[in-house]
Amino acid sequence: MNVQASVTQAGAREVVLSAEDLHTWFELKRWGMLRIGHVRAVDGVDFALERGETVAFVGESGCGKSSLARTLLGLHKPTRGRVIFEGQDLGALDAAGWRAHRARVGYVQQDPYGALAPFMDVRRILAEPLIVNGVNDAAERDRRIRAALEEVRLLPVEEFLGKFPHMLSGGQQQRVVIARALILAPTLVIADEPVSMLDASVRVEILRLLRDLQRARNLTLAFITHDLSTVRYFAERIFVMYAGRIIEQASVDALLDTPLHPYTRALLAAIPDPDPDNATHYKEIPGGEPPSLLSPPPGCRFHPRCPVAIAGRCEREDPPETTLADGHRVACWLHVGGEGA
Amino acid sequence: MAQPATDKAADIDGVKGTATIPLLRTENLVLHYRTERGAVRAVDGIDLTLAAGEAMVILGESGCGKSSLTKALLRMLPRNVAAFSGSVWFEGRDIMTLDEETFRREVRWVGISMVMQAAMNALNPVVRVGDQVAEPLRVHRGWSRARALEKAAETFALVGLPADFLTRYPFEMSGGMRQRAVLAMALVTDPRLVILDEPTSALDVLTQANIMNVLKRIKAELGTSFILITHDVATSSELANRVALMYGGQLVEVADAAHFFRTPSHPYSELLMASVPRLRDTHEPVHIPGQPPNLLDLPAGCRFADRCPKRFARCAEPPPQTFDAAGNMSRCWLADPAHGSGAR
Repeated sequence: MNVQASVTQAGAREVVLSAEDLHTWFELKRWGMLRIGHVRAVDGVDFALERGETVAFVGESGCGKSSLARTLLGLHKPTRGRVIFEGQDLGALDAAGWRAHRARVGYVQQDPYGALAPFMDVRRILAEPLIVNGVNDAAERDRRIRAALEEVRLLPVEEFLGKFPHMLSGGQQQRVVIARALILAPTLVIADEPVSMLDASVRVEILRLLRDLQRARNLTLAFITHDLSTVRYFAERIFVMYAGRIIEQASVDALLDTPLHPYTRALLAAIPDPDPDNATHYKEIPGGEPPSLLSPPPGCRFHPRCPVAIAGRCEREDPPETTLADGHRVACWLHVGGEGA
Repeated sequence: MAQPATDKAADIDGVKGTATIPLLRTENLVLHYRTERGAVRAVDGIDLTLAAGEAMVILGESGCGKSSLTKALLRMLPRNVAAFSGSVWFEGRDIMTLDEETFRREVRWVGISMVMQAAMNALNPVVRVGDQVAEPLRVHRGWSRARALEKAAETFALVGLPADFLTRYPFEMSGGMRQRAVLAMALVTDPRLVILDEPTSALDVLTQANIMNVLKRIKAELGTSFILITHDVATSSELANRVALMYGGQLVEVADAAHFFRTPSHPYSELLMASVPRLRDTHEPVHIPGQPPNLLDLPAGCRFADRCPKRFARCAEPPPQTFDAAGNMSRCWLADPAHGSGAR
């Protein structure tokens, strides 16, 4: 499942999506007019995703991962920096360009019930993107809708076409959302916490469906998630985000087996496996909370909580990103000057 | 008695093995709701025993009746109750027979308190947190505001909240801090038992781990007993001495934590454990096919039978609760001694 090659040999696969120095800030106003600053939701992010790759952006709430997803989808305009999708700078798109872009990028939302219009049946929900994108032949639409339902295994198709979202279980609703995301045959799918609203027993099923679809269509699939325990099975590469930045990126195995950033280590230590021994000892977890994105701390953003911060350095200077030999990248002063620097 | 995995568990099992009265015991506890489409059998005959100082986890998928069980224990009933029966003994006293006023004065929040699901989002936005945490003392114990606030400050320290948070409003606090505040509200009356309904499910992993540390410390230092209601198997192992697995309104397995997490008995427990994604394991989680049963229309036989890979003819009849030598219960025909060679 782990595809090392995709990580180590950049250029071996075609880059589908890249972000360069990406910033998404939101202006904060009081009483609708007084500017009191910016929420720096995405604050200097660089990465490149290759065709057919499955990656996970992992972080806690408020780390900017959903804002990043929405910026990649074109729902937020970057404050600074660029998003390049299949060679096209998204900042240069006109209205028609945006419509074409949205047909090539699928979006799977977190809350399937909220993502589906309650007054539309499944047939209508799936017809909508086709109509918007000029598939005017009703027979053609019907064929594609049926094919999409078969692909997400809502069978028999006939039974589901006329159903409304409230008549479906959470897992079935999420399948409809996935069918809608895929019906225009996108090359990139962004899934924002696709299973966090679902029951545990259904989660694996939906993740497996996404993985099967990714393989069958050679999709580039980006998961946004806070759940590190499932990424080993469903992603090849992980980006760990903290306070608007990517602080570590590596192949799944490298990240889970040899995490380098103290924040990544804390995150992994915090996640339990079901083991009765857990109840017999306390966990060593840094206290505190992620910083305000309105005024992030100077230097490394994790330094106020970091158990191994270097006094005189970490609170003053932003750590540069260090790339190690196997494509493992980390932004931490402890690893500057290490191998590959 | 059971072969416990830890010294801590040994102490607790020792307590249970003697003639000491259990802290909480229920027998055939039933809570059904009346709806237009018939009776919802949310709690359908629950037998539970909890020793003092013990933490019991009640695990189950959504819709299995686990939150209704807490409502039945604390007698916080909605209006559409169709049936509410059975026995609940708390510290040896039958609390089902108490009248509502006695129950409120002597049991609810005094003996047994609770952190309700998403309680941190239900704090009053216009009242300072300190006053909200002190309120149970004023209502249930009739203390003065000053005395209650003093106790609230002590409880704040216990859950890791700085004293100056007493004068804050809920919107000035993060989710983790608000969760600590509702925990303080449950602990402020020094209850012997605290029921926690999904106390960490809306929190980030680091916050979650910190809250679990707080609960462990309270359990070790104050000897408070806990009932933890959750669907999160991995997190539940942070606190559990015993695990009760609920399915379709009934308990299907009740076992020592080491037994349940390592060698579960009931086929549903086995599948549930195999479905948990693990960070430190490359074995892919399994998926449990099918849906949990509808509480409006429960099957006559074993309620898990239609999803069970091990079902056989006998499963058309309701399986009894079978106890092994260590006192672990499995509601499965495979565990029944009459099952003969197939007994597991």
